[in-house]
Amino acid sequence: MKCLDLVIVGAGPGGMTAGIYAARKKMDFIMVTRDIGGQAILSSDIENYLGYQFITGVELVKKFREHVEYFNLEIRENEPARVVQKEGDFIRVETEKSKYFAKTVIVASGRVPRELGVKGEKEFKNRGVTYCATCDAPLFAGKDVAVIGGGNAGLDAVLQLIKIARKIFLLEFSSRITGDAVMLEKIKRSGKVEIYTETRVEEIYGNTFVKGLRVRKGEQVKEIEVEGVFVEIGSKPASGFVKEVKKNEKGEIIINPQCETSVPGIFAAGDVTNVFGKQIIVACGEGAKAALAAFLYLGKKAWKKEG
Amino acid sequence: MSKKVKVYTTSSCPYCSMVKSFLEEKGIPFEYVDVTRNKSALEEMVRKSGQMGVPVLEIEGKIIIGFNREEIEKELGL
Repeated sequence: MKCLDLVIVGAGPGGMTAGIYAARKKMDFIMVTRDIGGQAILSSDIENYLGYQFITGVELVKKFREHVEYFNLEIRENEPARVVQKEGDFIRVETEKSKYFAKTVIVASGRVPRELGVKGEKEFKNRGVTYCATCDAPLFAGKDVAVIGGGNAGLDAVLQLIKIARKIFLLEFSSRITGDAVMLEKIKRSGKVEIYTETRVEEIYGNTFVKGLRVRKGEQVKEIEVEGVFVEIGSKPASGFVKEVKKNEKGEIIINPQCETSVPGIFAAGDVTNVFGKQIIVACGEGAKAALAAFLYLGKKAWKKEG
Repeated sequence: MSKKVKVYTTSSCPYCSMVKSFLEEKGIPFEYVDVTRNKSALEEMVRKSGQMGVPVLEIEGKIIIGFNREEIEKELGL
């Protein structure tokens, strides 16, 4: 099997920047990814990316894409990685479609929405359960819905839904709503939102589509009838498929200033790592660093002749 | 002859904008349905795709859920 110089996992801001650097170094590489743009595409307004006073996530990702396409990179979309593991001197990357061997890998898989981990959640995903209020709120016009999570993301979802849904239940696991007071004021004033704190979701039920939630507050168990469930309980690093590398308690891949992980040859960049500042511009910078570091690593090591 | 393409979207969904600009770039004519303001279209989309996520594409009767570039290209013979 052919051994590549590099496989880049992920095509968000970090992965795409790494791709441009790798292309300019004429490395033999491919990119594998679930989608293009990662979380960046979900930002509605970006006002802190240099060169643009204002741009939407969709537009910025389009610009990124045009830039990488100029270099004729090979981006394999709809092909998320399942395993990244060191094997001898090389690294094996297994995706949902294929298997690759490379001398180096840059993991730039970003973050994914955190799941509740309750019964019915997987089954009803896109059948009432959603993790993207921006995308799916309009589908619940005139319906009763629940928003899980009282942080800013949850309150933001509620505010989007106030204009659309009939009634909204805001459920928070801890004892208080932690999102901004200004948002909470607006929510309370709407008269459309019932707020439950110290309330844990135990099950999402329904037939083909969601019909309701079973929730627990202390000893009390209650059913809430809703057709939509918006899960807004934060995100987690998409790092589970990378074996053996050291991660912190949050599951973020630990890197040094050269974007090296604990496994030689495996580099990581952006939001999947413990880097400070989960920002588009930071991820881009980290992607550049990772590609430069991978290039140096390739030059330093004496590679055995490939079979 | 070009295939009949219908795109079900909501006004705010990022992947819907991606689908739209992708089809425009490729010069594919398509019908763009915003289900936000069209309840019967929403019901039609849910019935045809068996789910509630957007975007949904219908290419000559074949349903594609999400912005799946590879499948769209395959279906359109691009």
